[in-house]
Amino acid sequence: MPAAALQRLAALLPPERFLTRPVELAAYESDGLTAYRARPLAVAVPETADEVIALVRLCHELRLPFVARGSGTSLSGGSLPVTDGIVITLNRLNRILKLDPAQRIAVVEPGVINTQVTTAAAPHGLHYAPDPSSQSVCTIGGNVAFNSGGAHCLKYGMTSNHVLGIKAVLATGEVVEWGGASREHIGPDWCGLFTGNEGLFGIALEITLQLLPRAECFHTVLAGYRTLEQAGDAVSAVIASGLLPGALEIMDALALEAAVAAVHAEYPPGCEAVLIVELEGPRETVAVERERLDQIIDASEPVEARPARDAEERAAIWKGRKSAFSAVGRLSPDFIVQDGVVPRRRLGEALRRIGEMSREVGIRVANVFHAGDGNLHPLILFDGREAGALERAESLAGRILKMCVEMGGSLTGEHGIGVEKRDYLPDMFSADEIGLMQRVRAAFDPLGIANPGKMFPGTEAPALLQHGLHPLEKAGIISRE
Amino acid sequence: MITPSSLAELREAVLSAPRVIAVGAQTKPRLAAVDAVKISTRLLRGITEYDPSEFTFTALAGTPVSEIIAALGERGQYLPFDPMLVDAGSTLGGVVASGLSGPGRFRYGGVRDFILGVRFVDGAGRLLRMGGKVVKNAAGFDLPKFFAGSLGRFGVLGEMTFKVFPRPASTLTLEVAGDAGTITEAARSRWELDALDVLPDSGQVVMRLAGPAPALQIIAREILAKFPGRISSDECWSNLREFRWAHLDGVLLKAAITPDQMAPLPGHRRHISAGGNVAFISLPDATALDSINLKAMTLRGDAPLWIRPRLPNAITKDVKNALDPDGRFPNLDD
Ligand SMILES: Cc1cc2nc3c(=O)[nH]c(=O)nc-3n(C[C@H](O)[C@H](O)[C@H](O)COP(=O)(O)OP(=O)(O)OC[C@H]3O[C@@H](n4cnc5c(N)ncnc54)[C@H](O)[C@@H]3O)c2cc1C
Repeated sequence: MPAAALQRLAALLPPERFLTRPVELAAYESDGLTAYRARPLAVAVPETADEVIALVRLCHELRLPFVARGSGTSLSGGSLPVTDGIVITLNRLNRILKLDPAQRIAVVEPGVINTQVTTAAAPHGLHYAPDPSSQSVCTIGGNVAFNSGGAHCLKYGMTSNHVLGIKAVLATGEVVEWGGASREHIGPDWCGLFTGNEGLFGIALEITLQLLPRAECFHTVLAGYRTLEQAGDAVSAVIASGLLPGALEIMDALALEAAVAAVHAEYPPGCEAVLIVELEGPRETVAVERERLDQIIDASEPVEARPARDAEERAAIWKGRKSAFSAVGRLSPDFIVQDGVVPRRRLGEALRRIGEMSREVGIRVANVFHAGDGNLHPLILFDGREAGALERAESLAGRILKMCVEMGGSLTGEHGIGVEKRDYLPDMFSADEIGLMQRVRAAFDPLGIANPGKMFPGTEAPALLQHGLHPLEKAGIISRE
Repeated sequence: MITPSSLAELREAVLSAPRVIAVGAQTKPRLAAVDAVKISTRLLRGITEYDPSEFTFTALAGTPVSEIIAALGERGQYLPFDPMLVDAGSTLGGVVASGLSGPGRFRYGGVRDFILGVRFVDGAGRLLRMGGKVVKNAAGFDLPKFFAGSLGRFGVLGEMTFKVFPRPASTLTLEVAGDAGTITEAARSRWELDALDVLPDSGQVVMRLAGPAPALQIIAREILAKFPGRISSDECWSNLREFRWAHLDGVLLKAAITPDQMAPLPGHRRHISAGGNVAFISLPDATALDSINLKAMTLRGDAPLWIRPRLPNAITKDVKNALDPDGRFPNLDD
């Protein structure tokens, strides 16, 4: 990279917003997948959409790779920098441009934090539904790039189901605007295609989000079961009943142990698994449906079922659930988390097989997962200081991913392919299918400068270090599901 | 007209002519009124996978939606976005390619929000699978969503996987006097309406509640205390779904709108749907088109496909080239 090119880029921003000194770059070397690190040539810190457009256009002219970055919480290495390119960090494009309670939409810049949307909408009785557990730090731009999920996807869908409009600068420098304030569109669904592109198409500059009225009433039940299988059967019974819960989550014994240690959560004793089910809606509807749910849970023979009696008890149940993930991480110096999906009817079988594989190779695996949509979150624990431990853990992770695909599921429910799972893409898609995706990518980015080395197999891997808690988790600021 | 009876034959059909376009039951004839050899999906019919416990099914493109609704109904499930023109014979492929959703799109979203995966033939004759068969999946680009509303211009759909929901225990329809203000207020309310439309003839606002019957009665009383009106029958929904209100040989348009664009114009009939986000507009003939002040798509009748079209951008052409390098399918603006 000739210094002249870097100078031209630097000239687009005031010096304090174009970082090149190693100490300044260090903070951007890695994302939530802490095993990987790469130092970019520079980090650009634009404050306006026009600055982003100018940066991208110049990168295009210079054929210089760029990696868009929100808060860097990607768990699959999506925002990992490339050493021969720059990072464009979007945190300062953090304005909520419009909040229209009548049309129930928010128009935001990409650096707006997920929870800030709901905070701004709350006084109007509205909320933004997608709720990744990183929601207090991750950005809407990152959510759009990864089509992020959360605990309420079965009923409410993922990020994509809430994006109504996108203004973006594509990697070619073209600025496009798709969709808008209406919940409907005519013609092909460009917003749908852009959402989940993993930063490979360009940079989102403005996003129109739909807001939903906040549910008036909740009924949250925590039920402990002697076996994981019983908890799984209870999920099937709820699903078969015709109810549509807002959330259906399971934690296994190791995850429970960790949550007890970390946030002093209390669970029924002697349980191998805990199920959390939540109904929501107008109070009259919830009143009828909760009776139904309580009967189903009773019939599933839990060790104990504890309905939340008030908002405080509900919050306590969710606190245990949302902290479980990081709590498990504290049981072990290092861990890898996967987020493969299996058909719901095969959840029990998948968990049994994960247990078998775990015993076979002598690696502990904890499970905290979105049972309602078959989205597993196996946490593979290891100690990176032991020779070969990381490789053994990665090999187990790979076996679990392949199992999910073989069962008719998916490599990823919400964390994306990124760097981490790119070599497994051919397990899910044929060479022709990957070829098509590459052609689509090339339509948006013929030079391959937007987030290169991600999603597609066969590109050089950056240096591996270790797996562990995200620095923000270590600091206790966020926790994961 | 070519009529393939398997996905292998569908590939051959795509390669058999320089310019082809898929058609289903032709209930939205203007969308495929182009100069191209027609490939009928009529014989690509049937549900290939359905496991109610997964909340998903997979079916071939030519499967009549009525067949799917019946099969789901037997197991207490449904397609929440209310496909349109069901009695008229709409096929699943046509529903996706047209991107048409009915009143039920108000609560949980439209066809784009329920499609999970597709198998389709691209312009080079390759049979490809995109998306997945499980309710949650973030692997690869979301081409299934892109196909919703793509009008067969980027590929021929062969098979699709959808997410479905359990059917609510009961429904209740209310008819009230109201306007755009009523719509925005009701849409934000605690009632969680299942549908919120404006009837084309009377201009009355219709609301559908869905859930356990005893709860709906109480909520209905609260609504009627606020807006003058009455409990009516569910019949209006099938009239809307089948466009029975529209001019018989006229022009039928769909526009994506916001509630401030709801107001009717003289000589037009309008069904406002999805809480003021969709307008279906019917005109006796094309002479009245000039008065249309919205971007719209023509579903049937003698009118241009796009009313007040946007200028095509470079990316549209480039993505088209990626999926259909030889231009075997017509362009969006053909
Ligand atoms: C503790 C923890 C818990 C988590 N829990 C969940 C969860 O429950 N559900 C879930 O789905 N995920 C979860 N994640 C993963 C992660 O938070 C999400 O993927 C999130 O969307 C990333 O947002 P970010 O702002 O950190 O983006 P980054 O990590 O900075 O970037 C992610 C990707 O988006 C691209 N990108 C960023 N901004 C833009 C833009 N404006 N335009 C185009 N591309 C852009 C980047 O290039 C990169 O590829 C969790 C992560 C952690 C660390």
